[in-house]
Formats: sequence, structure tokens, C-alpha cells
Amino acid sequence: MKENTILKVSGLSVSYGEEEVIKNMDLEVERGEFVAIIGPNGAGKTTFMRAVAGMLDYSGKIIWNGEPSISYLPERLSLAKFREYPLTVAEFFKMHRMYETSPFRSSKSHYEVLESVGLEDVDFILKKNPGELSSGQFQRMLVAWAMLGDPDVLLFDEPTTGIDIGGEETIHSLIYKLWKERDLTVFVITHELNVVYAYAANVLCMRRKEHFYGPPDEVLTPERLREIYGTEIKFHVH
Amino acid sequence: MIISLITAVTIGAIAGYLGTLLITERMALVGGPLGHLALPGVALGILYGFDIFWGAVAAIVLGAAVIWLINLSSRLPLEAVTAVVFAGTVAVGFLLLPMDEAEEALIGDIADITLFDAVLAVLVSVVVFVMFRRLYNGIVLAGISEDIAVNRGVKVKLYRFLYLAAVALVVAMEVKLVGILLTAALMAIPAAAAKGMVKSLAGYRITGAFAGGISAAGGLALHWATALPAGPLIILSAAAIFFVTLAQGSSKP
Repeated sequence: MKENTILKVSGLSVSYGEEEVIKNMDLEVERGEFVAIIGPNGAGKTTFMRAVAGMLDYSGKIIWNGEPSISYLPERLSLAKFREYPLTVAEFFKMHRMYETSPFRSSKSHYEVLESVGLEDVDFILKKNPGELSSGQFQRMLVAWAMLGDPDVLLFDEPTTGIDIGGEETIHSLIYKLWKERDLTVFVITHELNVVYAYAANVLCMRRKEHFYGPPDEVLTPERLREIYGTEIKFHVH
Repeated sequence: MIISLITAVTIGAIAGYLGTLLITERMALVGGPLGHLALPGVALGILYGFDIFWGAVAAIVLGAAVIWLINLSSRLPLEAVTAVVFAGTVAVGFLLLPMDEAEEALIGDIADITLFDAVLAVLVSVVVFVMFRRLYNGIVLAGISEDIAVNRGVKVKLYRFLYLAAVALVVAMEVKLVGILLTAALMAIPAAAAKGMVKSLAGYRITGAFAGGISAAGGLALHWATALPAGPLIILSAAAIFFVTLAQGSSKP
């Protein structure tokens, strides 16, 4: 494996019962990449992410080079779920490192991390229930949670589900800003083509047991885009 | 008197504490079937004159194992299996139970409480408190999202198993205090009261434990004053606390 490779996947297959979702996948990703993952629903994007996060049984090989610390933010974390618990943002943040076996690398306080994602009035937010934040604040808070402990790799599964369009753009630009500032490798599942073209050097395009990896201009041919988005779609790169 | 007070307050506190997770994880009714599973063991204890705590523990473990085994080998939903085993257990329990002593099994009898119960209650409470300093947040995190809990290193299945084991043990201890019919109530009601009162997780579990302990003490005081059975009075005290907090909560702006 090349020294600069952070993730090497070879012959990866994942099945749910009879149904094979990912078939014989090979992929090599370099350290410090910003990878967008796109594809139609049911193409195995979430399955891929859960597999590389080590949360699924699979066959084949998934090798992370140099034991990076991986922070995974699953889809469908909802405000409503948090509201079911008497819980403050400060308590939620304390849970982050509670069960970690490796030594904690960051000395940054919760306060600093929350400020770094552009949240204002952090003292007030730390005392609130996560479910009582606005949806924009909630997403930023989740990104901050994912950044606790200075991870090497971020795995974000559609971090903008349920956010209005304006908010979506700012969350992706926030993730991009964090990626530029730090030594991070980012994988983000998204449906937003403009995000892909604006931020990602490489895109992983998944569709029915097939996948293509490379720069957006090469991978996202009009024919594949049509297949993903259903209708005739034209995207102008400015 | 002092022994039954210590036992009651300790069991009330630990039940209220564990009950807070029963509420947030939406398992408030789990305590009910667990209590009912104890009935045959309690009946045998009364028949043959051994401590009903041991009968309750043995019967709950056996009942839970049967539910678990049937669930493994059949396609029925867990609720259906639980309902069948739980009803069957209650039926067997009633056949075994000497009817003139049924009251003791159903609503408890604090006259049965011995020094052993007090020591056991204190020991179990200390162990559970210490153990759950670590487990509690992990179970909450898994409740919010199992994926992030696993990613953070929480052993979700192990923690949930240990939690249910602790609940089963406390339910068995509750039998003498409130009887098999009201075991779930002593877990759920103080916790439900706590949930309406506080905004932090730390406050929630401590308030749950306090509400449980105070309910037990209040019920016992009423029992000594009126000579009515202690078990129902403890649950009524808990319910009174719940309604007071409810009224306060709804009067907030």
C-alpha cells in the first residue's frame, strides 16, 4: 500500500440476507481527500459508509492505513429524538469521549469546538437541550460533536437531511472549511451536485453493485447523472 | 421498624434511578411482566417457607430465559412471546399460591422484611450505582443513535443486558415491599415525575432516585399511621409526587 493511501478497499461485498448490496468493490483513497459519495437511493452509499466505519459484517478487505481516528455521523439524527431526553449539549459532548479506549488527543474545550463551527452564544447553547436548537444550530452542533478529539477521518452520511436549502449550503461549506484548515480526510454522502462540483476533488458514484471513482468531470457523465437523478439533467461547470 | 425503613428507602431510590432509563428507552411496561414472572417463585416460597426473594429471583430468571429461548427459535414478535409466557406464569402462580396468603404476594408485606433484605438492598444499590456511572450514558447515547454509540465504543448489547439484569434483580427485591402487581409502578412513577422536573441527565437520575426514596418513606409513614398495607401507600405517594410535579410543570409559562 502506498504511504499516502489512507483507505484501501479490495473485493468488498456486503449482503443483507439474500440481497447483495455491494459487490466486489475496489477503491483506494489518498490521505487528505474530500470525497463526495453520490448515487440513487438503494445504491449502497450508507452501507459502504457503515462498512468502512466497521459497523457491518462484510467480505473482502477494508484497510485503514496508520490506524486513523474515525468520526462517523449517521443519517437521520433527529431533533425530536434528543427532545425525549432531559439532556444538555454539554452532557451530550461529555459522552463523546466516555467510552474511548485510545488516549484523547485534543485539549480543545467543548466551548472552543462549538465556536469553531460558527455557533454564537456558546455558553447558552451548552445549557440547552440539543433538540431545542434551531435546525441550523443543531447541524453545526453535530459537526462540532464529530470534530471532538481531532479525528483524522470524517464520515458524514447526508448531514443536511431536513435542512432548508440555505442551511444546506452553509453546512457543506462549513465541512469544507474544516477540511481546508485541518489535516482531514472527508467522506460525505450527498444528493447535492453543486456540493460535488464545488468541494470534492474526487467523487464516488455508486449504482446497482457498480461504482466509479475519480474527479467529478470524469466520473459524472451525462448518462450516469441521468440514471441517478432520473430526468435529463445538465450541470454547467463555471 | 428502622430495618424496614432503610430497606424501603434504598429499594425505592434504586428503583427510581433505574426507572429513569425505563422511561426514556420506552420500556416502562417491561417492569410489569418481570414482576409477574416472579409469582410462581413467590408462591413456592410461601408454601415451603423459604425467603420469597429467592423464589422471585429464580422465577424471573427462568421466565426470562424461556422468553429468550422461544424468541430465538420462533418468528413471533417478542411482545407476543412475552405475553404468553407472562400469562402462563401468572396462571401457574395462582394455582400454587395459597389463597389465604395471596395478599402478601400481590401487594407485599413489609413485616417479612429482615436484616438480610436491608443488607441486600444496600449492597445491590451500591453496586448498581457504581456500575451505572459508566453504563448510564452509554445506554442513553445508544437510545439517541445506536450508530454513534457503537462508533464511540459503547458496547450496546452488553450494556442493555446488564441494565435488564439490574432491573430484574431490583424487581425481585421490590416484591416484599410493594408486591408483584406494583413492581413496575415503583420504577416508572418516580422517574416520570423526575422527567417533568429537570432539564439535565445528571439531574434526572438523581431526582428519580430521590423521588423513589421519598415515595417509599412517605408510604411507610402512612402505613405506620393508618395500618393500611404499605405497598399501595408507597405507590400512591409516588403518584402524588408525580401529580404535584405535573401541576407545577403545566403552570410554567
